[in-house]
Amino acid sequence: MTVPQLDHRFGPYGGQYVPETLMPALAELEAAWISAQSDDQFQAELGRLLRDYAGRPTPLYLAGRLSEVAGRPVYLKREDLLHTGAHKINNALGQALLAVRMGKRRIIAETGAGQHGVASATACALLGLECVVYMGAEDIRRQAPNVQRMGLLGATVVPVEAGAKTLKEAVSEAIRDWVASVEDSHYIIGSAVGPAPYPAIVRDLQRCIGDEAREQILEREGRLPRRVIACVGGGSNAIGMFIPFAPDQEVELVGVEAAGEGIESGRHGAPLTAGGRPGVLHGSLSALLQDDQGQIAEAHSVSAGLDYPGSGPEHAWLRDSGRATYVAVTDQDALAAFEQTAQLEGIIPALEPAHALHYVLNVPSDSDLDLICLSGRGDKDLAEVLGLLGR
Amino acid sequence: MTGAERIAAAFEQREGRAALMPYLMGGYPDLATSLDIAIGYAEGGADLIELGVPFSDPLADGPVIQSAGTAALAAGATLDGVLEVATKVAEQVPVVLMCYSNAVLARGTEQFVADLAAAGVSGLIVPDLPLEEAESTSDACAQAGLAFVPLAAPTSTDERLAVIGAAVQGFLYTVAVAGTTGERGEQSSYGEIIARVREHTSAPVALGFGISTPEQASAAADAGADGVIVGSRLVREVGEQEDPASACRALVEQFARALR
Ligand SMILES: Cc1ncc(COP(=O)(O)O)c(C=O)c1O
Repeated sequence: MTVPQLDHRFGPYGGQYVPETLMPALAELEAAWISAQSDDQFQAELGRLLRDYAGRPTPLYLAGRLSEVAGRPVYLKREDLLHTGAHKINNALGQALLAVRMGKRRIIAETGAGQHGVASATACALLGLECVVYMGAEDIRRQAPNVQRMGLLGATVVPVEAGAKTLKEAVSEAIRDWVASVEDSHYIIGSAVGPAPYPAIVRDLQRCIGDEAREQILEREGRLPRRVIACVGGGSNAIGMFIPFAPDQEVELVGVEAAGEGIESGRHGAPLTAGGRPGVLHGSLSALLQDDQGQIAEAHSVSAGLDYPGSGPEHAWLRDSGRATYVAVTDQDALAAFEQTAQLEGIIPALEPAHALHYVLNVPSDSDLDLICLSGRGDKDLAEVLGLLGR
Repeated sequence: MTGAERIAAAFEQREGRAALMPYLMGGYPDLATSLDIAIGYAEGGADLIELGVPFSDPLADGPVIQSAGTAALAAGATLDGVLEVATKVAEQVPVVLMCYSNAVLARGTEQFVADLAAAGVSGLIVPDLPLEEAESTSDACAQAGLAFVPLAAPTSTDERLAVIGAAVQGFLYTVAVAGTTGERGEQSSYGEIIARVREHTSAPVALGFGISTPEQASAAADAGADGVIVGSRLVREVGEQEDPASACRALVEQFARALR
């Protein structure tokens, strides 16, 4: 069998725990990505779309009033300003181009917050591909504007009624579709999770966030940040932000997960923070919420994008190897940071990065320069947040 | 006799007909009834029984087996509970356990396999453990005399089939269609996939996924399958019938007749 060339394992984590039916497609995907990476024409096309269509490079913004609250300069990497409103478009455009390269004209995607679904539907509209998006029924309820956008973009949104009706179930259903349609369909997974080579491909496609931010902050401050902070659902914006800084040992990397109703309540989405035995979900071995029988637990978070019991395998390894630390912020605190950021900066963040914002604004630190990935904007969350805040 | 030998004997006893291997979701609708159903399978003419361990996120399963698993978990099914069923069933026919990889990891591979052997299970199928990831589980099974049964799919390349075929213990679980488990109306042409896998293994070839009528079972046997696996059709029967054990027994009899 072919010798793997992309990372399949991150320490003990990762791997390819999928039905045999998918194994040849994973090998095909890996080969396609390796050849695309050294294909100037592919790279030029992706670069052009990221620049002219999606809006890269995104600004690095020194958030003055947030800095006052934090007591240190706080920079925001403005992924919220991208077309479709979140970092998810970086990955969706890259993988959609890859699908075209592989001759696959039908795209499957899953979505939690709807951002990855919208990004995939957008890339498919642009490239003339068919798009089917699996979304938990509960997420369809709480992220309604994104469901309407996907419909308008020509995608078919399939509600998933199993389990807690959120992201975990949507990923499972997307994988089942792919098992049955693998010959003519490509599955654009939305985060740095899944069987190899997905975590490596998604990381490669998201690292533009950190590459740009590193260059921008060096230019602005003449030095590296003391801390780089990003929210972690499956971990795609965080891995994209972290990896370019990983060799800079003096830079602390902090991933912020969803503590939901509190880690001790058991109702959260923080497998990296909570610790415990690793396990297999959606094709890879990583940190996971599960019971002693190995049944996957339901996650809970006010933010649909962090409401996931698994985590990207590279994050589990960054944690174990001590290179990154993971913390968690509750629903209530994230809601407070959502409102605070809107009122202090005139920026309505998505609920996901609001977790990272709360951590930086409220948890004491001796850091003297923070860089946060503002992974997306909060338009999608307005109705849900206003409802929860009783407005 | 080891589990692997017991499986081999079950295939050898067939005298020219295909072995019938019905699938059962352990603990569905509850443990006691699932044992009755398994006994019904055995009495109806099953040569081997594939016993499923319910899992929260079964990626290789379609809606019928998925919801049976969810119901079994809601009714309190655990691995140990399913193994108790296995022990009783194994008094009559060889049992091949089917579970997802996280169940193996949760108990620890060595302990998991030891517990299976102690329960009298003959073989193990893990649909989300392709050969690349299977080494420790497959080695532990070999040590314990259990057959670690790999899967082959219509999408498998010849290169992969050669490696899979060489590693077969017990039988080769051949997936008839690219897709998840579930009943399929069409009568697929089973000959092609059977011919392809045969080139790469001398072990018995059992065909499963989508076989839901006695006609399809007999077509699979005519196409050269040494064994026929019937899953969703029977699991659906469990959900629809007042007395699932006798209903399933009758259904298994029909499949067994079709293979005679
Ligand atoms: C704005 C935003 N940030 C973060 C996430 C979490 O995903 P990841 O951890 O892959 O970045 C999502 C997911 O939907 C999102 O929409």
